[in-house]
Amino acid sequence: MTAENQELLVMHSGEREQPFRYAVGRYGSKFFMELRDHKKILGIRCPKCKKVYVPPRQVCGPCFERMVDLVEVGPEGTLVGFTILRFQFVDPETGKPKPVPYGYGFIRFDGADNAFQHFMEIRDESKIRIGARMRAVFNEERKGTLADIRHFEVIG
Amino acid sequence: MPNRVAIVGTGQTHHCTRRLDVNGVELIYEAVCRALEDAELKMKDIDGVIIGNMDHFEGINYVDCWSIDGSGGFGKPTMKLTTGGTTGSTLAIGGYHMVASGMFDKLMVIGWEKNSESDTTGAITTAFDPIWDRLVFAGAISGLAVEASVYMATFGVTERDAARVTVRDRRHACLNPYAHLRKEVTIEEVMNSPKLSDPLKLLDLCPRTDGACAVIFASEHVAEKICPKPAWVLGTANRHLYTYLGDADLVNLPSLRRAAQELYSKTGIREPLKQIDVMELYLPYSFAGLSWIEALGLCKPGEAPRLLWDGVTDLGGELPINPSGGVISCNPIGATGLIRCAEAALQIMGKADKRQVPDVKIALSTGFGGCFWSDILLYGAKKPQ
Repeated sequence: MTAENQELLVMHSGEREQPFRYAVGRYGSKFFMELRDHKKILGIRCPKCKKVYVPPRQVCGPCFERMVDLVEVGPEGTLVGFTILRFQFVDPETGKPKPVPYGYGFIRFDGADNAFQHFMEIRDESKIRIGARMRAVFNEERKGTLADIRHFEVIG
Repeated sequence: MPNRVAIVGTGQTHHCTRRLDVNGVELIYEAVCRALEDAELKMKDIDGVIIGNMDHFEGINYVDCWSIDGSGGFGKPTMKLTTGGTTGSTLAIGGYHMVASGMFDKLMVIGWEKNSESDTTGAITTAFDPIWDRLVFAGAISGLAVEASVYMATFGVTERDAARVTVRDRRHACLNPYAHLRKEVTIEEVMNSPKLSDPLKLLDLCPRTDGACAVIFASEHVAEKICPKPAWVLGTANRHLYTYLGDADLVNLPSLRRAAQELYSKTGIREPLKQIDVMELYLPYSFAGLSWIEALGLCKPGEAPRLLWDGVTDLGGELPINPSGGVISCNPIGATGLIRCAEAALQIMGKADKRQVPDVKIALSTGFGGCFWSDILLYGAKKPQ
């Protein structure tokens, strides 16, 4: 007996879930508390290169220095890169297709040296260009997650 | 001093959308058998195995053990290397390090992926930070689209310029029996293909592919006995620069620029366009074929479109890029960087058949992945001093 010219089967892995519980860390937790309670955006400054990073984290990778100096940045900033997602894909956070289209922007907050990525409001696509001034729009009800920022919108 | 190291055999599967006739282990077996056949060796001659893929595409987390039947690792030192998109090129660099150490003489290096088994974009997204990067990130396509937006705004490069890269790679792929997409496309077809993530369209991007690649690395003591014209590894370099996507500098891929500078200075390359005969580059999308060859020092930033339109990088041009058809024509992710290595080696060995560039003395391959990081390797026909 051989196994040529026959039907080829595919088995599904099943519907089971494997949720994770991720530690956000001291600085990340502080960021989310300030966002939730005061609509403030926190960054952190490297004592060596003086760069301000958002979100705050413990280590400046290039300097390999420990950072402690939290600073408030934004909530306005400049668009430094973007795309508009138009194809549907599976969101690994929900297992469901992600609603498209959506604007995906890299925003450099005033007072920060790196970019912060988030949703962008795209009702008027002609206004969305690199260099545009942007502001964070906060949700009324905030839970201490990144989604407390509803999206960024072009100013004016 | 490290031992000198050469590639003495390569093997690939015929890459395609979906290989339902084999499971992952059997796919690996196919590539390994072809590499052994190419080098005229038996598995008993091999003294170690390294293997890699991106775990989350198949949901199998200990590939080194699970794949042992197909990899030939039975009873041999076997381990896994995985670094996301650069997995294949990291495998090549790791293989080089292991043989250069003097502790291995003939090492089997294997990269593979069955991208058909899961949602590629969803899986790639899980490679990024769960708290900060996953809310809006949409896999490789979104990050590359943002990079393209910055490149276009910085240098005034157009979508048409980028389309020329796809046209080249897809034309070359027709000469490679192992490539996945073997059909030419025109500039207009690229421009009119569905928009996925501005400014990227379907034909600007690589496919998802099932495939495996195996490469045998040998030490200087045995290489020339196995292969009359082995591909010597002249040098390697790599750069991983960021954890978070928002930290990335998106102009001309700094990780590749810095890795290339290190590699060129170690190997005496001063004018890469003139000194290197062929390149196999991990270009997962069209704009990379412009911005990243600027990072490799082939021209000044913003000037790559001219090289493309003038045919400099086509087969028959001064420096052919991706005679294999490249990643835009074929992307079994964990294998992809190693396929670049294998194809560069084939060019040195003179075994690249219809896609052979005449008289290749120096070849270069790259790998790309994750948070905009890069691997790079240089190969030569002449045994290094």
